[in-house]
Amino acid sequence: MNQVKCECGHVNPPGTILCESCGKILVESEEKKKVLDMRYEGTARRSQTYNRTLVDKIWNFFSSVKVAVTIIVVTLIASAIGTFLPQKSTLPLSVSVKEYYESEYGFAGRLFYALGFHNLYGSWWYMLLIALIGVSLVICSLDRVVPLYKALKKQRVTRHAGFLKRQRLFSSGGDIKELDAHYELLMERLRKRHYKVLEENGNLMAEKGRFSRWGPYVNHLGLIIFLIGVMLRFVPGMYVDESLTIKEGETKAIPGTNKQYYLKNHAFIVETYDPEKDKAFEKTLKERGPIVKNYQTNVTLYKAESPAVAGEQPKLEKVKDYQIRVNQPLKFDHYSVYQSGFLLNEISAMTFALADKKTGKEFGTFRVDLERPQKKYDLQEGYSVEILSYFPDFVMGEDGEPTSKSQKPNNPAFVFKMVTPDKPDGEISFVAIQQNLEPDGNNQYQIKFKSVETVNYSGLTVRKDHTLWILAVGGLIFMIGVIQGSYWNHRRIWIQRVNSEVWISAHTNKNWFSLQKEIARILEGIRLPVPQDQLKDGNKRNLEGVLDGTVEQ
Amino acid sequence: MTLTKKKRFVIRSVILALLALAVAYTLYANLKGDRDLVREGDPAPDFVLKDLNGNSYRLSDYRGKGVFLNFWGTYCKPCKKEMPYIDRAYRKYKDRGVEVIAVNVGETDMTIQNFVDKYGLSFPVVVDREGEVQDAYDIFSLPATFLIDADGKIVKYYEGELTEDLVEQFMERVKP
Repeated sequence: MNQVKCECGHVNPPGTILCESCGKILVESEEKKKVLDMRYEGTARRSQTYNRTLVDKIWNFFSSVKVAVTIIVVTLIASAIGTFLPQKSTLPLSVSVKEYYESEYGFAGRLFYALGFHNLYGSWWYMLLIALIGVSLVICSLDRVVPLYKALKKQRVTRHAGFLKRQRLFSSGGDIKELDAHYELLMERLRKRHYKVLEENGNLMAEKGRFSRWGPYVNHLGLIIFLIGVMLRFVPGMYVDESLTIKEGETKAIPGTNKQYYLKNHAFIVETYDPEKDKAFEKTLKERGPIVKNYQTNVTLYKAESPAVAGEQPKLEKVKDYQIRVNQPLKFDHYSVYQSGFLLNEISAMTFALADKKTGKEFGTFRVDLERPQKKYDLQEGYSVEILSYFPDFVMGEDGEPTSKSQKPNNPAFVFKMVTPDKPDGEISFVAIQQNLEPDGNNQYQIKFKSVETVNYSGLTVRKDHTLWILAVGGLIFMIGVIQGSYWNHRRIWIQRVNSEVWISAHTNKNWFSLQKEIARILEGIRLPVPQDQLKDGNKRNLEGVLDGTVEQ
Repeated sequence: MTLTKKKRFVIRSVILALLALAVAYTLYANLKGDRDLVREGDPAPDFVLKDLNGNSYRLSDYRGKGVFLNFWGTYCKPCKKEMPYIDRAYRKYKDRGVEVIAVNVGETDMTIQNFVDKYGLSFPVVVDREGEVQDAYDIFSLPATFLIDADGKIVKYYEGELTEDLVEQFMERVKP
């Protein structure tokens, strides 16, 4: 393909439809149209014209809006399917993922798992789809904005007659004398309406709001910046989103900090509104019952003095005390630790008494810490209790043997050996919550449950996000683009002497009627025909007349 | 003309290359971050854990020896079954440079001691009370066994119950 030289002398790139300079139609098929397709000003979108190397072919593929829409629709459908069944990340930790989907949802679940929808939003192909949208966005924009910019920059005042009469708003047959008489007034009125007016041989071109044409591209730029921000989340150190469950009294490494920071939970507190103190809520509180006022974890933040490997407890240096409340996170070194959950009243210790079954007489009590039970508890002289077995999460096994489901003290059970002066060899007793079994059923002594101690767990979320400001900038630019394209219109008016009469054409990217009204106001009191909308049915007759040059208005 | 063509080719190539790079990096970082899991071929994450008597064991001290790293709990049935196999194989292979570290998932000392006594285990049993080592090795279900060679590299990961043959095969494999 070769460059096209227009009769006005301008040399256009290959594939140009309308001369960049004067607007003459360069492609024959366009001449049959009543109204020109003014998208991208009839410039050669490069992708459509160069198609030689592999690079061009890839470029062309991504520059197509059809391809872009296809990618977006595919992403949309995939995203929707991902919501049909729960995602892997929402499943309880103790189950096998594959079996879960199979047993819960049968064949559909199996398919869901096999196709990778169980981890859709983190899967490589979903990421790839999003990335392709980004690529398409960049290339589509570049492929259009560059030629459009050049064409708008190169446009000449005097346009080819064929260009003028194929504008959507068009009128002909104006009196040249009338134009001459009001030439200055016309210019002044145009300028008053913020048009930039250019003259050439007594012809006028008025233009305003060109910058509105860049709106969509500014908008895309914002989107691309946004996507870059999302991409940066995968760069180590940029983004942390972890959770930490920590028991009262416990000190734990804060996840996501590479064991640099440790947190000690002193206490977890839930406060409710007090109907006595908060009189204003008295009535509601009576109707609704207690309402929580505050969730709070009192913590101390520590910093490790030296790096430590897994399992190693480094020397800790206190940084600060803090009270974490909802929306009042603990902040340090770009990290924020938020209050996000809790577990109340988990059993931590139990107190028992050794007693005579018949008389009920007690021979001392002992306290069993469920995390660190002792082997033996000495009571008063001659009396002691040994723990033979401990099942923190007791269940009866299939083989009839007591066993533990996990190491968490959810349902503690013990096998005790009670040593007393009467029974120096000891008696065996199996004790679980509200259960007391004896192997032979004729024990003289028993273990009596006295009391239980509980502990609270605090659920915290650890966040660090260095990408937030990039997302904000991207979002802001996106909005600027939207506003730019929405609240300004690109308007151009050509007032030109053709065949000893005055032709007026106008073009805008939106709100044609408003442009027509604006021109009518500019022409007020001047006897020049107001351009008519050539795409309106009522103007058909008019239009045909214009095309063969017979109608005068 | 040829000049502009060349320019266009260069510009497009550069833009496409940049985009491809960004996409490739995102995918790579995402997959890596997603599966921060230790896998076969990776260096074994170092750790320090204590046994019931308070002796510390550091994995990196075992360089030059093969390590049979087993995660277990007393409540896990397959663990109970495979422990005697591991102990028997350990007695055979410890003179040939294979060490066993059995990491308990954080039960009480008493429970662990009872178990060790019952099965007469002769290899070091350490306790991962905070779960940090389980996190580092991404332990999801028990038992889980890692084979670490003399260079500190994971050569094999096995989830589930081991047979006596398998235990021997594994020790043979990491024998320096």
